[in-house]
Amino acid sequence: MNAYFHLRLIPLAPFAGFLINGILGRRLPKWLVTTVALIAPLAAFGLVLIAVLGCFGMGKGFIPAIASLPLTETCPLAWIDSGALHIDFSFVLDQLSLVMLLVVTGVGFLIHVYSVGYMSDDEGYARYFSFLNLFLFFMTVLVLAGNALVMFVGWEGVGLASYLLIGFYFQKKSAADAGKKAFIVNRIGDFGFLIGMFLLLANFGTLTFAAIGEKLTANPGWQGGVLTIIALCLLLGAAGKSAQLPLYIWLPDAMEGPTPVSALIHAATMVTAGVYMIARTHILFDHSPFALSVVAIVGAATALFAATIGVVQHDIKRVLAYSTISQLGYMFLGCGVAAYSAAIFHLMTHAFFKALLFLAAGSVIHAMGGEQDLCKMGGLWKKLPVTFAVTTVGVLAIAGIFPFAGFFSKDAILYAAYTQGANGRVLWFVGLVTALLTSFYMFRLWYKAFLGESRSPDVHPHESPLSMMVPLVILAALSICGGWIGMGRFGAFLAPSTGLKAAESGSAHLEVILSITAVAVALLGWLVADRFYRQRPGRAAQMAANNPGSYELVLNKYYVDELYGYTVVKPLLGFSKYLLGWFVDTALLGGGAWLLGGTATFAGALLQRWQSGNIRSYAAWLAAGAAAALLFIVVPWSTVWPASLNLIWKIAGH
Amino acid sequence: MNSLFSQEVPLSWYLLLSAVLFSLGVIGFLIKRNLITVFMSIELMLNAVNLSFVTFAHEWHAVKGQIFVFFVMMVAAAEAAVGLAIIIAVFRARATLAVDRIDLMKL
Repeated sequence: MNAYFHLRLIPLAPFAGFLINGILGRRLPKWLVTTVALIAPLAAFGLVLIAVLGCFGMGKGFIPAIASLPLTETCPLAWIDSGALHIDFSFVLDQLSLVMLLVVTGVGFLIHVYSVGYMSDDEGYARYFSFLNLFLFFMTVLVLAGNALVMFVGWEGVGLASYLLIGFYFQKKSAADAGKKAFIVNRIGDFGFLIGMFLLLANFGTLTFAAIGEKLTANPGWQGGVLTIIALCLLLGAAGKSAQLPLYIWLPDAMEGPTPVSALIHAATMVTAGVYMIARTHILFDHSPFALSVVAIVGAATALFAATIGVVQHDIKRVLAYSTISQLGYMFLGCGVAAYSAAIFHLMTHAFFKALLFLAAGSVIHAMGGEQDLCKMGGLWKKLPVTFAVTTVGVLAIAGIFPFAGFFSKDAILYAAYTQGANGRVLWFVGLVTALLTSFYMFRLWYKAFLGESRSPDVHPHESPLSMMVPLVILAALSICGGWIGMGRFGAFLAPSTGLKAAESGSAHLEVILSITAVAVALLGWLVADRFYRQRPGRAAQMAANNPGSYELVLNKYYVDELYGYTVVKPLLGFSKYLLGWFVDTALLGGGAWLLGGTATFAGALLQRWQSGNIRSYAAWLAAGAAAALLFIVVPWSTVWPASLNLIWKIAGH
Repeated sequence: MNSLFSQEVPLSWYLLLSAVLFSLGVIGFLIKRNLITVFMSIELMLNAVNLSFVTFAHEWHAVKGQIFVFFVMMVAAAEAAVGLAIIIAVFRARATLAVDRIDLMKL
């Protein structure tokens, strides 16, 4: 290790950017804000690259020679040291966090660059970048965490940054509400994470991932039981952060934030923290088959459910939001069949192509002057050729067409599911249907936005500035070749962190057949979209008119928001308003406070008469006091009292 | 001749006189309206205390009590200077010396 290379520098670089822009940003000139905002993530990315080079045996000069992963760095001062409880502030760099860091800082940096163009006219320019840097700080803390508590710090921190950025346009009520919704729904998940941590402490006495892993490896017979409960609690946390059923409702609303934020936080990095957390604690899930199957079912159900909603949405960003939820479902499905490295693989490729799609959507929205409705777009390919080209790449990648990145990772998950036995076949089938829907709604977006005739003739779109185009092109390149590393090599690299999944009944032959099936399904989705939106444009609307019931149901997102509103939010609000607000707050606490204050005021009103301002009354009290003191000293009370009590006793008749 | 004058005055008489003078001072302080009379009542109380000091000093042949009296006289002189200055200032400001009309400290 070199003297200057420390893991802690990776999060500290964006944190410095946050401090500078957050405190001084309003007073600094714009070019300086931009410089600081870009150097911070670039420094973090550079450090990660240096670490990567060091890991692959290129330790020379200023590159540290990292002999072997995992590399642990612990703060010399104990963080929490209380009795048997000892928690350090520790960072761990292993294969898993290395991959995740590359994605987070790399994609993060590109989106920072894109934001320079996208947000250039915004009043809150410095505020925006300070929040974005803050997000990167917490995200790298989350990824580098060596124990669950440090991870929780990052976990809460990214939630905070997400809240701040969703509500970035806080003058708009819908944006402020969406921020609150995201925060509150995430709290439910965090509750699960917290309980899981307490159970870990109670059962293992430590929160360090490595120590927990060692204990479980030493006791291979320890299965289920409390481990299932811990795993399910952690799953609740992951479902909240990664927008899985039943806590996915915040993510579509989170699209109120600026589009680059949606790309970075709500597509590429933060929402994948749940997947990362499961991969990080995978050893717990490995010891609990039940929890693992719950993960798989939640993932598969979310993937299918969100995909169906995505089919009918009209807002370009909402289509992408539901597609994100659906793809996160895929990753959970991968985790659920114990193919953690496949899930991380999909996480990585998804980060590329979904960030690309969001940024391209941002470019479209930018060009259309803020218009997000797909029905008002169309024919944009002539006006926005670069955006059109990169979106095409993104759509092909997410649909899983060979040889784009999405194909490799999606295929790896589907293959892992298929080889998981009879139940795995069901999961595989659900995944396949989802792939069909994904392909369909992505090509629907593609056709509606870019092809056909322009539906808003009075808008004159123009291509975005260079700072927005360059990240798009780089991400497009990554979306094409991000998967070429192949699942085999990727899984082998990650194996020390996530373990190697032994396929039960796999073969190369089967893999090829499954791949061909997946691609065929994706092409089928394209074909259907082509039929609906190019050949006979009226057909979709006609189908919707023929089935008004089911169309309304899906269009309104299965009325889940309304259902939660009536079953959870309304009773809770009533409880808060009447029982807590009126009875406890107003009556008990307010009344109690009023009583105390009233007593004091009343006593004061009585006693203030003493303060008459009249010297003689003061003197009289003084004299009376002196007389009382004299009486107290002179009279022999020890004899007077018993005697007088005796007297009273006798008078009373004894 | 065992006359009244050849006998020593008993201790209690001095103390009684001191107490009577002190009480007169207190009563004067409480019931008199004129600020100067009130001030004189304070002096009376101080001197009543002085009397009891010298009484005990004589009785016990100790010099401490007499020293104390000098201190009290000295402080009383200083206090008289300050007090009279205040009285003059008050009279100039309010054109009255009635204590019950000097009540600016009232809430």
